[in-house]
Amino acid sequence: MHIRLHTLNQSIRFILIQNRAGKTRLAKWYMQFDDDEKQKLIEEVHAVVTVRDAKHTNFVEFRNFKIIYRRYAGLYFCICVDVTDNNLAYLEGIHNFVEVLNEYFHNVCELDLVFNFYKVYTVVDEMFLAGEIRETSQTKVLKQLLMLQSLE
Amino acid sequence: MPAPIRLRELIRTIRTARTQAEEREMIQKECAAIRSSFREEDNTYRCRNVAKLLYMHMLGYPAHFGQLECLKLIASQKFTDKRIGYLGAMLLLDERQDVHLLMTNCIKNDLNHSTQYVQGLALCTLGCMGSSEMCRDLAGEVEKLLKTSNSYLRKKAALCAVHVIRKVPELMEMFLPATKNLLSEKNHGVLHTSVVLLTEMCERSPDMLLHFRKLVPQLVRILKNLIMSGYSPEHDVSGISDPFLQVRILRLLRILGRSDDDSSEAMNDILAQVATNTETSKNVGNAILYETVLTIMDIKSESGLRVLAINILGRFLLNNDKNIRYVALTSLLKTVQTDHNAVQRHRSTIVDCLKDLDVSIKRRAMELSFALVNGNNIRGMMKELLYFLDSCDPEFKADCASGVFLAAEKYAPSKRWHIDTIMRVLTTAGSYVRDDSVPNLIQLITNSVEMHAYTVQRLYKALLDDISQQPLVQVSSWCIGEYGDLLVSGQCEEEEPIQVTEDEVLDVLEGLLVSNLSTPVTRGYSLTAIMKLSTRFSSVNRIKKVVSIYGSSIDVELQQRAVEYNALFKKYDHMRPALLERMPIMEKTASNGPTEIMQTNGETEPSVPDTKHLPLVTQPANQANDLLDLLGGNDVMPVIQTTLPTKPASAGGELLDLLGDLSLTGGPTVVPAPAPSVPVSQPPFLLDGLSSQPLFNDTSAAIPPMTAYSKNGLKIEFTFERANPNPNIAVITIHATNTTEADMTEFVFQAAVPKTFQLQLLSPSSNIVPALNQGSVTQVIRVLNPQKQQLRMRVKLTYTHKGSPVQDLAEVNNFPPQSWQ
Repeated sequence: MHIRLHTLNQSIRFILIQNRAGKTRLAKWYMQFDDDEKQKLIEEVHAVVTVRDAKHTNFVEFRNFKIIYRRYAGLYFCICVDVTDNNLAYLEGIHNFVEVLNEYFHNVCELDLVFNFYKVYTVVDEMFLAGEIRETSQTKVLKQLLMLQSLE
Repeated sequence: MPAPIRLRELIRTIRTARTQAEEREMIQKECAAIRSSFREEDNTYRCRNVAKLLYMHMLGYPAHFGQLECLKLIASQKFTDKRIGYLGAMLLLDERQDVHLLMTNCIKNDLNHSTQYVQGLALCTLGCMGSSEMCRDLAGEVEKLLKTSNSYLRKKAALCAVHVIRKVPELMEMFLPATKNLLSEKNHGVLHTSVVLLTEMCERSPDMLLHFRKLVPQLVRILKNLIMSGYSPEHDVSGISDPFLQVRILRLLRILGRSDDDSSEAMNDILAQVATNTETSKNVGNAILYETVLTIMDIKSESGLRVLAINILGRFLLNNDKNIRYVALTSLLKTVQTDHNAVQRHRSTIVDCLKDLDVSIKRRAMELSFALVNGNNIRGMMKELLYFLDSCDPEFKADCASGVFLAAEKYAPSKRWHIDTIMRVLTTAGSYVRDDSVPNLIQLITNSVEMHAYTVQRLYKALLDDISQQPLVQVSSWCIGEYGDLLVSGQCEEEEPIQVTEDEVLDVLEGLLVSNLSTPVTRGYSLTAIMKLSTRFSSVNRIKKVVSIYGSSIDVELQQRAVEYNALFKKYDHMRPALLERMPIMEKTASNGPTEIMQTNGETEPSVPDTKHLPLVTQPANQANDLLDLLGGNDVMPVIQTTLPTKPASAGGELLDLLGDLSLTGGPTVVPAPAPSVPVSQPPFLLDGLSSQPLFNDTSAAIPPMTAYSKNGLKIEFTFERANPNPNIAVITIHATNTTEADMTEFVFQAAVPKTFQLQLLSPSSNIVPALNQGSVTQVIRVLNPQKQQLRMRVKLTYTHKGSPVQDLAEVNNFPPQSWQ
């Protein structure tokens, strides 16, 4: 069978939550990077995203990908996707994710994400997998999260 | 040892640190504590310790010593341990470390665990960071889970399968049977992930693509149900049911319908339905519409649908949300080539986007605007674009200026408009235009003969205002040099002529020479312009004085020019008028972009005045040749390929054009060089022709003659002699004869050779080849071949035969070896 060999071409390369000062609150990588590469990427994303304001779009061209981001209070939620992906859909994806966080932590704030960082990762893993959106129903995700929590 | 502190406490403590150094100290202390705790192999607190380690890792501190501990946690039976262990594995391990392979067995066991959550954890980890080896080992388990009835697991398994396929594409076939029933799922989550899996498989393998094409009707049905069905609370986003699924299905349809007519047709209806029924008030609806548009443009849709898609994009452009405008502009840019007319309808909205605040929107709007310019809308569009040029950021100016020039060249409604537009660009964005636009503009101006007076007047006025923008200054000084007489005599018809005296003009040009703002190139231009005015103005003395002052200039280029111009005044005054004559009209070789400029003066009367002068001059002939080069000697046969200084029109241009593919070292040299180069002194053999040596050398006639060209009754024969003083030179005499019954008049023979050769063409005996072999035209060619390479030549013949002009190009390759060895 003839198979075209692609490079790893998942949609999402990484998901970052950073605050304005540049501190990482969540970094989920769906691609292999060295530690120092990761650090560099984090810094670059921070530099690119924090200079933009309301008059800019929510999409930035970044290296040979693009970043879809949105700012919620003092946190920047950034998803790095392939250039061929639908920007608007991922913007919705970010919002979906934030709404789940909000429900799960009951009016989430940055400190919630700091003290419960491992739970945030769980939320991410319920909604995204292998660089793709996995579950979009907020009710389902919340149900699962509560089940997982009960196992602790 | 006391119990290690809890995670919360650690976090709180670290947050109290006021400086980076304090934080580091705390972290180091804690790491040391954790390390000793690990050494004690304490099961109870391992989880807590690893969690703390992960937190510190998130802050940016190294945590590799915890890797093995993560593995131990994974192997534990407690869920909390496993959870932290897997998290740690995902954060700390990657496939480049061999340690991760140890996980394989654990994951395998966990994939078969009784608790679905453990299985889920395992699937998740495998799907995020599984290496190829791990994937190979565990693919079977994943495949099994893909067929389970548990939807929670099926979702995870599907995406895990996607990861496996990405890592190990050969395993794709293994998942094929499991995909059979994926689309008949009711569960949206499973459906969503299944569509992702199918998409991945289709993108990777054309065979799979063919196989799954039959799913198109099913996908269409699912999409239809989604749109038609009422409110479904679980997957609703702002009133639209499961937009994520809709988007993914649309994407899969796109891949399936690409380059396949039947599938595309099956999708037409549903695409139209989605396009018209989706609610567009919120971003969600627009996201779906956008994906629909992308799909329509990619498949083989009917034209009505395409127009619908472009209209959607047009509506997007009017949206308040700049994200949507951005997305629309990007897509329109991709489609403007194929659906030009449809995009044209939205031209005014696109032009409005030039005023947007976001840089990326502006850039796309600019590119799109240039793509939409055509003969009908050129005036209106240009107005907008020039306004944009005025007010945009510097990063855009260069591109915008080039775009304006290109568009103006293609669609200018009148010469005056063209020149006005160019002037506008030069005055507003003068420092940003590209270097090659100066010669292009000069050529344009030269060719608009009736506009000369108007042009020079406007340029003069612009110079009075501002001398800082170099391209503008260069073009202006060149024009003043050429058409200064028109300026002074006030002949302008297009607008009110201004009163300008010769002294005022010379003041301005001299001002350029001394100004700090002028670059050396500009100074060269203005000195040459002043020199040219010596034949057009009457205040020659003043010009002589200026020229002689610069004879001692520090700038070598200026000095050389001044010295040579001085010589022109002193010794060659009789030649001055001819040399400084107006430039003839130049023809362009290609219609767009920076091109070589071909001078066609070789086709008018063959050299009369100057070649007669040349033999009279013996010793200072060197200097005269340099001069001819500098000023682009109007009437000398274009032959030499020496590099020419700033003069944009060059005598060698014609042949460089002919040399197009003959050049051995690559592309033809681009003639207008912005940086001034010192004129190459002529090789000695040219002096041979100028001195009293006989031109035809009858000795050594051992080389056989050859027929170089024979077509349409015109035959050209080459006969060879060797020039004695220099064995590298071949002297070729061409004999042109005509077997037809009509004379060939205005016969011109031109030749070009590869770069390693040098060629000199002497004047022909006449330019009429009489009919019926009654006589012949002869001409001498001298070829210098220092590298003894095989001689090749390209010839261009032009003549008039029976009233109609004939032109032909030919290659001559059959030179006898003795001619070049």
